[in-house]
Amino acid sequence: MKALITGNEAVSIAVKLARVEVIATYPITPQTNISEKLSLYCSRGEMDADFIKVESEHSAMATLVGAASTGVRTFTATSSQGLALMHELLHWASGARLPIVMANVNRALGAPWNIWCDHSDSLSQRDTGWLQFYCESCQEVLDTVLIAFRVAETVSTPAMVMLDGFILSHTAEPVDIPEQEMVDKFLPRQKPLAPIDPKDPHTLHAVTGPDYFMEFKEKQYEAARRAEQAAREVSVEFAKIFGRNYPLTEGFMCDDAETVIVAAGTSAGTCRYVVRKLREQGRKVGLMRVRTFRPFPFEEVNSLLAAAKRVAVLDQAVSPGSEGVLFQEVKASLYESAGGRPAVYGFVSGLGGRDIVPEYIEEMIEKVENSGKEKLDRVNWLGLKK
Amino acid sequence: MVTTEQAVKQPVTPEEYKSGLKPVWCPGCGDYGVLNALCQVYHRLGLKPEETMIFSGIGCSSRITGYLKSYGFNSVHGRALPIAMGAKLARPKLNVIAAGGDGDAFSIGIGHFPHACRRNIDMTYIVMDNHIYGLTKGQLSPTSPHDMLTTTSKFGSIETPINPILLAIGCQATFVARAFSGNIKHMVDVITKGIEHRGFSFIQVLSPCVTFIGKDQFLIIKNLLHYLEDDPDYDPSHRTSAFHVADEKDRISVGVIYQKKKPTYMDQLEILRQNAASKKKKKLADLVEIFRP
Repeated sequence: MKALITGNEAVSIAVKLARVEVIATYPITPQTNISEKLSLYCSRGEMDADFIKVESEHSAMATLVGAASTGVRTFTATSSQGLALMHELLHWASGARLPIVMANVNRALGAPWNIWCDHSDSLSQRDTGWLQFYCESCQEVLDTVLIAFRVAETVSTPAMVMLDGFILSHTAEPVDIPEQEMVDKFLPRQKPLAPIDPKDPHTLHAVTGPDYFMEFKEKQYEAARRAEQAAREVSVEFAKIFGRNYPLTEGFMCDDAETVIVAAGTSAGTCRYVVRKLREQGRKVGLMRVRTFRPFPFEEVNSLLAAAKRVAVLDQAVSPGSEGVLFQEVKASLYESAGGRPAVYGFVSGLGGRDIVPEYIEEMIEKVENSGKEKLDRVNWLGLKK
Repeated sequence: MVTTEQAVKQPVTPEEYKSGLKPVWCPGCGDYGVLNALCQVYHRLGLKPEETMIFSGIGCSSRITGYLKSYGFNSVHGRALPIAMGAKLARPKLNVIAAGGDGDAFSIGIGHFPHACRRNIDMTYIVMDNHIYGLTKGQLSPTSPHDMLTTTSKFGSIETPINPILLAIGCQATFVARAFSGNIKHMVDVITKGIEHRGFSFIQVLSPCVTFIGKDQFLIIKNLLHYLEDDPDYDPSHRTSAFHVADEKDRISVGVIYQKKKPTYMDQLEILRQNAASKKKKKLADLVEIFRP
């Protein structure tokens, strides 16, 4: 069935289709209508789930840590400051190996206050042990929530699905809504790693000394790395059932490209438009969209970028004192590449909802290909007011 | 160098205490009353803008910091109290006011409230309580009445609301009062007393949300009001009476509900410092003697 729905509605519908059992949320713009929709589904009896509007995001994640420990499917949604407030429990959820799924509607972090989109909220949680998927369309949002549950439960690791605030969360697009029966087939109940069992009581997460702590962390690390292969396999299966394919990274006109743009989220759409336009002028440009950021798809990134002469990374988050976040990761990945070693340049734009317009992308390509390449810095700002 | 005296012109009318920014509140919002009352309080007390700082968190009411001509700090959701506390500790002579809504105070930020009450730092906390999350468009708040219909409780709330006044008295606050944003004159008196009180003052202002609850709120609250000042027998220093007033179901008492004189945190800190200074410093040789087996 096709429906005209927003990204936030796509999340809510996916959560309903996934037959989630416990939902705990706290309102925050631009996430709030996910909470509202899910509350409605639960109170109307359209979902057989417990919905609780808790007193903070920290409590929301804590509630899900408790719920998921019993082995049920859990979900929350948040944005920006809410995700930052969850930080302590994000580590706990991944360390406890709980496959909680969360939608994070990307929004800038203050100060100063800002409610619009950038990727600083989720990218600053990159080391919390959560899988991270970045979406470009409302259809992809719906599908990725389902994929996230499957991958998270396969490797017993929590996952967050990112959608750009307002650009996707509040914009309606035609979305194909899968049949419940097919979703049930795609998302069977998997056996939780270590659920609470009244017949075999244990204390969970008690203090673990230097003699065993590292072993726990190594297992957690291996699980998150295993997610890379799991995500590939789940994508193949998803495509078989639903006919839509989601590789870890998406290459667009990369084959013979001399300059490749790297982007994540909806800005990739603008980049694709520019790539097409420049291709018509005979320029050899391409785009790589990073869809899965954790696990980081080293293999795909290296094979898509190895043949390029230069790479321009478009970041919507910057690590003060260092560089753009995506830029760091792409550069690090290419260092171990067996193929070519293209020159990599970092650009930052679209912070706090500043529109990323085609002119910025063209300016970026112009800078790495021709004029002023020597003047490029570690971080090159696009669209900054003089 | 320009001194603050030269830089800031002292307002001569209540209106001049406004920053000039146009509030983003809906027409008819109770928070306009609180803004107007605060301007009158500032005027009555002759507060200097450069010696006054107002802190808020997140929510409709937390926008108030931008609308007043004093220092303002629009902080993180729920964190107005600890940030205000930090400023007061660093600059004890500042007039420190914290302001915000029921979500900020009693949901995400509730962890700070009991500690602010019991520490008794000399500052004033005004909570504009509208029983709903207005900024995110009408979700259940911690003070929403049982059964209330909101966008996250479509068939009525099943939760028991927090009673802020009971909470404040229970947590040993030394000044606890309630006002109604529909009666500015009375609110000005109550807030003035709160700022004049030495110690932590908590004022709950019933400030209706006309958009997500309804315009009739003003009339409903008005008809239930009971002015404690009109009751000659009421003694706000009597804690048990205050608990009774806070627990009323048939009427809404406004005015100073509880007030107690108690040394502030800074008073006690000073005593502590003097005591510590008067004690003889131990020499290393003395310490060795103490720990000699």
